[in-house]
Amino acid sequence: MIENRPWLTVVSHATLLLGIALVALPVWMALVASTHPASAFGVGHIPLWFGDAGLDTWKTVLLEKAGNGIDTPVFFMMLNSLVMALGITFGKIAISLLSAYAIVFFRFPFRNLCFWIIFMTLMLPVEVRIVPTYEVVANLDLLNSYTGLTLPLIASATATFLFRQCFLSIPGELVEAARIDGAGPFRFFFDILLPLSRTNIAALFVILFIYGWNQYLWPLLITTDDAYYTLVMSIKRMLSVTDGDIAWNQIMATTLLAMLPPVAVVIGMQKLFVKGLVDAEK
Amino acid sequence: MTVTFPQKGLPWLLLLPQLLVTAIFFLWPAEQALEQAFYQEDAFGLSREFVGFENFIELFTDPLYYQSMLTTLFFSFSVAILGMSVALLLAVMADRVIRGKLAYQTLLIWPYAVAPALAGVLWWILFDPSMGPIALWLESAGVDWNHYLNGNQAMILVVIASTWKQISYNFLFFLAGLQAVPRSLIEAASIDGASPFKRFWTIVFPLLSPTTFFLLVVNLVYAFFETFGVIDATTKGGPGQSTNTLVYKVFEDGFVGLDLGGSAAQSVVLMGIVGLMTVIQFRFIERKVQYS
Repeated sequence: MIENRPWLTVVSHATLLLGIALVALPVWMALVASTHPASAFGVGHIPLWFGDAGLDTWKTVLLEKAGNGIDTPVFFMMLNSLVMALGITFGKIAISLLSAYAIVFFRFPFRNLCFWIIFMTLMLPVEVRIVPTYEVVANLDLLNSYTGLTLPLIASATATFLFRQCFLSIPGELVEAARIDGAGPFRFFFDILLPLSRTNIAALFVILFIYGWNQYLWPLLITTDDAYYTLVMSIKRMLSVTDGDIAWNQIMATTLLAMLPPVAVVIGMQKLFVKGLVDAEK
Repeated sequence: MTVTFPQKGLPWLLLLPQLLVTAIFFLWPAEQALEQAFYQEDAFGLSREFVGFENFIELFTDPLYYQSMLTTLFFSFSVAILGMSVALLLAVMADRVIRGKLAYQTLLIWPYAVAPALAGVLWWILFDPSMGPIALWLESAGVDWNHYLNGNQAMILVVIASTWKQISYNFLFFLAGLQAVPRSLIEAASIDGASPFKRFWTIVFPLLSPTTFFLLVVNLVYAFFETFGVIDATTKGGPGQSTNTLVYKVFEDGFVGLDLGGSAAQSVVLMGIVGLMTVIQFRFIERKVQYS
């Protein structure tokens, strides 16, 4: 603090509190709405204070069925989301670690070309090439499968760049020392490189988990079977019920449950999250 | 880095998974889109004929496409500017306070983790004309709110939902930028009698310009490509064409309209745009590295 200006400090706190309130507003509303019976919404407006049907709604949605045309319970879709998110996260980290390792620690023909091919994936987000990618996956018979949910999304230029950056900062002497001591490429990778990249991997894990969990368009397109619905995309299916029949309390409870895991990850691993966010943009 | 391992075959083996996935799910579809863009397919996908540049000519003579471009530009800049302004204000305040900084940060950054589609649904309901608390409040204030019918209001709604999610990101980067501003500069200005307001506009804000520019690019990319869920879960491009952004249009024309050639042509145009943005982003980052 440069100088003491009490009124400005008060304004600062007030602005921040207002910001927090605005940011939290939709979630507050969803939480309140999920505690009222479905019939409360037809009559005019969303109630402003908690009702007493909360426990019932949450229990039904989580354990029995999500409602609004979806017969599978939320916890089941949560498992699907978890499989997809972890599949994408581990897949991305694994193949990016390997390719960054190859690019930094080996010399071979077309090395730069390979790097550029990986770089190009940055320019082709799935939203842009959606129709042909769908056709490719359909041709490979991967619709309605976990492989189809994860595999097409695991190529990652960002992760490869990040690990490349991280590997480049490892001093050459270390590699030399390892080689003199008789460590081959595998030994070096597992005993030196992986332990040194631990924090980077963890930070990236947080970011990629959020990315994977929040996938929307892709699962929406390739899953038509309830058994593979993921939680985030199921909201869209729930909303497509005819207007009068929508049970808003169930939708709100499902929405909250769908955002809970990634939000918990961000709050619980805030330091790693911030690091991952900053790293990923370098 | 000069020390390497001598193996010749191993690096290919290590690269294989990444290259395979890239080839099968990125390059192949991209090539398909390129090819498809020059063909016209019948509605059942049974036959197709080569039409040269006709799909592109059709696209660029279609007033709807230009409208969608304008919609996208308006939407993206609104999200970027609104999100950055709010985040900058909050970051400046958070940079000032001494007590509870981390708590404020925690309570402001969590929306980053909320999926765009869910953000869309939440705001959609808050503004619902028949039951949403905000819509009812607006009504009592004399605003006739109905985003089902009014295109401008639908646009405002998707902008708010998309911005809400992005504030956290901007906030973190602005806060980091603010903390990097040398204290001595601000102290000197303060001894010279510059008010906090003046210090911000003449010293801090100019020093933040690399962060601001970086965030502008990132926000535009976000608004272009990652807000698909917000639009799809709420307005579906409507009412009319009022929230039909370029990325949404590719999906809609391809999967709903089944105009595969037209959709592919749009994909090709979008790939060009992403390519351009990526280059801008990277040129800028190179420059940032030099300055730091």
